[in-house]
Amino acid sequence: MNSESSAMPESLGRQQVTAAAMASTRPFYWSLRRELWEFRSIYLAPLVAAAVILSAFMLSSFAGIWEPALRLDPDSAKIAEPYNFVALLLMGTTFLVAIFYCLDALYGERRDRSILFWKSLPVSDVTAVLAKGAIPLVVLPLITFMITAVTQWIMLLWSSMILSASGHSVAALWNHVPLFHIWAMLLYHLIAVHSLWYAPFFGWFLLVSAWARRAPFLWAVLPPFVVGFFERIAFRTTHFVSMLSHRFAGGHESAPFPASGMSIDHLMHVNVGEFLTRPGLWIGLGITAVFLAGAVQLRRYRGPI
Amino acid sequence: MPVIEARGLRKTFDTTIALDGINLQVEEGRILGLIGPNGAGKTTALNAILGLTSYQGELSVLGRDPWRQRNELMLDVCFISDVAVLPRWMRVSQALDYVAGVHPRFDRAKAESFLAKTTIGRNSRIRTLSKGMVTQLHLALVMAIDARLLVLDEPTLGLDILFRKQFYDSLLNDYFDRNRTILVTTHQVEEIQNVLTDVMFIDRGRIVFACSMDQVESGYSEVMMNPEKVAAARMLKPISERQSFGRTILLFDGVDRQQLGGFGEVRTPSIADLFVAIVGNQSGETRGAAV
Repeated sequence: MNSESSAMPESLGRQQVTAAAMASTRPFYWSLRRELWEFRSIYLAPLVAAAVILSAFMLSSFAGIWEPALRLDPDSAKIAEPYNFVALLLMGTTFLVAIFYCLDALYGERRDRSILFWKSLPVSDVTAVLAKGAIPLVVLPLITFMITAVTQWIMLLWSSMILSASGHSVAALWNHVPLFHIWAMLLYHLIAVHSLWYAPFFGWFLLVSAWARRAPFLWAVLPPFVVGFFERIAFRTTHFVSMLSHRFAGGHESAPFPASGMSIDHLMHVNVGEFLTRPGLWIGLGITAVFLAGAVQLRRYRGPI
Repeated sequence: MPVIEARGLRKTFDTTIALDGINLQVEEGRILGLIGPNGAGKTTALNAILGLTSYQGELSVLGRDPWRQRNELMLDVCFISDVAVLPRWMRVSQALDYVAGVHPRFDRAKAESFLAKTTIGRNSRIRTLSKGMVTQLHLALVMAIDARLLVLDEPTLGLDILFRKQFYDSLLNDYFDRNRTILVTTHQVEEIQNVLTDVMFIDRGRIVFACSMDQVESGYSEVMMNPEKVAAARMLKPISERQSFGRTILLFDGVDRQQLGGFGEVRTPSIADLFVAIVGNQSGETRGAAV
């Protein structure tokens, strides 16, 4: 950012070029930062969750709960268990944060009338909505990955310390907790499932947030229930509900779920090609695009509440 | 090229007509006051000019269509729509960072030097500032933007007299020049009377009066009558008549002041009195409250 602004007082042509570059990327960058300023729970919630689980883990090592597993490793899954648990808990936390973020992102600014301030600046509705969409789709998965990775790293170091202090070898531990594979799996899972596969959920929540005059949570949650019940009573089928739960469950049996245990075997089973050729993925992304386009239009038309 | 040009500007909400075919033209370097009762269409007109609402008819602001080109337009237009719109969760330094980040014509040093004259702390959250301080901050942000049109919608609502005075003083002394244009709506008409170069009255979605302040001064006269001359003066067709402290005051449009001098004390009417005379003759109760 600084290099860009210091390059400003040059020739007119260069100025126009920088102005053009600024017009496209800078508003987006600052809109993202703005979201992080306003919604500090985006990073505070997973940090707190990580701190809680880390302190619990450290306490448990004193209490000797993991000790048998650390010493003898008869059951390798048990050693990796807390590491998976951390990943799961942090993903659950950030998923909830994402939902509540989306519900407030386009609703809160209308309720507190600050939308008039945002709209008094040269930032288009498209930029604003895309920045808000990038929080659940890009920023939160990355934050989840980084915090999880660091937490797992600290856990492994801690266990190693405890083990060596009590005179055991750490080799078995490091064998059963292949951190780099766990991280690769985690990153893949976050991008594939939490970002791309869940995208329609976030798109829907953002759309409702841009539309609702009050109670965006109810507007987001009740209509799917109503549609489900309607379908059940009118046609005695449950396609809509099962479609939603299928989407929520990650889509497929082969969907990479680190919760079921992360190992080298699992990494082998990750089939990127299969995932990318799923029609459901692309249909979901298409629906997300429609939802976001709707949110852009709504932000344009709807004034403060 | 006029800064704002509207022809047949219309806006309807369900059953109510907010703007009923407005024609208006604002030239560069003017300070135009848009005066009207509540619900007359002031805010709708401003929202249309700012690209915040769709409309029918033709409207061009700095040569752009505000509804289709809002974000380009906002490079050249600033507005303070109501003092409450600065986000309450934001810190002062974040507001400066953000505007500096997204607005290529924002001069941060200018905003800082304006803020240095106030007691606003850089690290304070906006929710902790008083209403007057929030307005000072907003004004500091806006004055540091090299814009061509500034739109103010009730900018000093709810502020005490010192802040209000300071607000317009800063605007005139540190901001306004011949290349800029200011459009302002307010209920505190008397306070901005000396600030304005032009005035426009809007009522029921129509422009009912548009005039420069020079024209108001040369064309309109208010006479505090000598009681015995009232009858004779009425022959000259005053546009309004009112009583004040037991004396009759007549307001004339386009009558020679020398001629009026014989009837009593002649002076230039205030915008408020002119407004009442022109707009407020019917259904007085809502009208009177507006000025």
